[in-house]
Amino acid sequence: MALLEIKNLTVSFDTVTGPFAAVDGVDLTVDGREILSIVGESGSGKSVSMLAVMGLLPPSATVTADVMRFDGNDMLSMTAKQKRTIIGRDIAMIFQEPMSSLNPCFTVGFQIGEMLRRHTDLDRKARRTRAIELLDAVGIPSPQQRLSAFPHQLSGGMSQRVMIAMATSCRPKLLIADEPTTALDVTIQAQILDLLRDLCADRDMALVLITHDMGVVAQMAHRVQVQYAGQRVEEQAVRELFSDPHHPYTSALLSALPERATGRGHLPSIAGMVPGQHGRPTGCLFEPRCQFATDICRRGAERQDAALGHALCNHPLVNGVATRMEVGA
Amino acid sequence: MSTVLEAADLTRQYEVRKGFLGKTAIVRALNGVSFSLTSGKTLAVVGESGCGKSTLARLVTMIEEPTAGTLLIDGRPAEASDRALRQMVQIVFQNPYGSLNPRQKIGAILEEPLKVNTSDDAPTRRRKAQAMMERVGLRAEHYERYPHMFSGGQRQRVAIARALMLNPKILVLDEPVSALDLSIQAQVLNLLIDLQQEFGLAYLFISHDLSVVKHIADEVMVMYLGRPVEVGTAETVFGDPRHPYTQALLSATPVADPTHVRQQVKLVGELPSPLNIPSGCAFHPRCPIAVPRCAVDTPHLRPVAGRAVSCHLA
Repeated sequence: MALLEIKNLTVSFDTVTGPFAAVDGVDLTVDGREILSIVGESGSGKSVSMLAVMGLLPPSATVTADVMRFDGNDMLSMTAKQKRTIIGRDIAMIFQEPMSSLNPCFTVGFQIGEMLRRHTDLDRKARRTRAIELLDAVGIPSPQQRLSAFPHQLSGGMSQRVMIAMATSCRPKLLIADEPTTALDVTIQAQILDLLRDLCADRDMALVLITHDMGVVAQMAHRVQVQYAGQRVEEQAVRELFSDPHHPYTSALLSALPERATGRGHLPSIAGMVPGQHGRPTGCLFEPRCQFATDICRRGAERQDAALGHALCNHPLVNGVATRMEVGA
Repeated sequence: MSTVLEAADLTRQYEVRKGFLGKTAIVRALNGVSFSLTSGKTLAVVGESGCGKSTLARLVTMIEEPTAGTLLIDGRPAEASDRALRQMVQIVFQNPYGSLNPRQKIGAILEEPLKVNTSDDAPTRRRKAQAMMERVGLRAEHYERYPHMFSGGQRQRVAIARALMLNPKILVLDEPVSALDLSIQAQVLNLLIDLQQEFGLAYLFISHDLSVVKHIADEVMVMYLGRPVEVGTAETVFGDPRHPYTQALLSATPVADPTHVRQQVKLVGELPSPLNIPSGCAFHPRCPIAVPRCAVDTPHLRPVAGRAVSCHLA
């Protein structure tokens, strides 16, 4: 059974000009010990869908779903109090800006202790020992001294390690990492990614890694979900996704990578931009930018089966060639 | 192909005070950097935070003066008071959300450099602005719009157009695509490549994204704590990196290929602060192959296998 199962998740925000669906009918499953990566550009709803799971969205957001189940518990029928015992303990989250995620007024030791006080029945002394263990486990040198450090005394990489220590303090079954290394330098990024991978293996933890960096995806993920303008457009195991993308968007995204370019000169780019709140296409959302689009794409997009990566596309690609073109012709 | 800029031993130090009434300390942001720019070519400067990339951009654009060293632009010594020289060097910043005035229309943004620096009348300015907009892929109706009406990619086009209004010879690009989404990043890189060919521009391309640098650069300068550690053509540096820091940087960069097996050149530890640069080779505390000599003896750039490397062991 899947650890986290979500069906038809929709998140809409009330705006002055009417409701805007930032997440539009997204399905998502995460198995235990799995690293699932959600990739997409800005506005693809990748962060919002996970914030909805954590219950961290502002009141202006309306969250609906057919199924939202975590570890056998139905999260839709849960009371707020029941939810709080799970969130933070069994599902934890870390964010892009480690510097601004920590409270600048309290020491690192206090902030880790707070997690343990809320979710465990350890006494003061045991909490301190546990906090030292946690800092040690995430590779912070001389953890004992670091307990009394304030966030401003730490570098970006160290702050992210502290965040990871806090998030994993109650041995969560699922860690959600929202662009955890985007604000960090590459050599530090490599260290943090290694740390996350080791933690997942050592502690039987599943990881949802939200990122826009295809390199990070390729290195970390077991399975990848590609989102575009709030919809899930493709989902495949990582090797298959990179070798044979089925959705034209995934394919275009991969060929836009400078490292995949052959020689210098022009990169294959995707014309136009991601649709925003206004001027959303009526059919397939990618249709105006898609080189394979036909008339039927302006009426809607069909969901393909698992063999075609669940692609939300009328003409899914197989080895770079659009199939089922006769349907549109 | 001519050399448009020559920098020799550029050094920039800042004095900072530690605490209220504390002692002053010296930040050595840039520590003896030499390079030259050729028209139509791109020199990429690569490095992590604190390596002096942005200080270098500030010196080249004459926003700040170097503490020591010489900077020749078009054969003349760089001075902020030399207007003609200043027009020759323009800059595009990383964040197009912060670098455009939200109260100005696109037309006004593009015409401002002409207003300040030339004697063009209003119709001429307008004509030039519209021609440049078309060149960078903006539509004519965008002239009357405000920056908030544009996406990041379009704003970066506006910033590039503004930088080109005075026909510069050198364009400093400070992380021009790192704030953009992947699909937009390719569009802007393509535009930069086209503009370079059309106007024969020399680019000083500052970036931390090695895959972008690999694609666009002719020459690469890898920097660490204010000093260049490896300088050479993009093919030699990326194909066969010789400095341990370059090797670590390349191996730390994620490769978009799940079958790729990463070479393990792991760096331990954090970047030291530029306030307190380690003795000898600044990289020695993190270097996987450091020997005792590295802690005392500062290495200098010397030719190794077709490029310059500053390492005793290369």
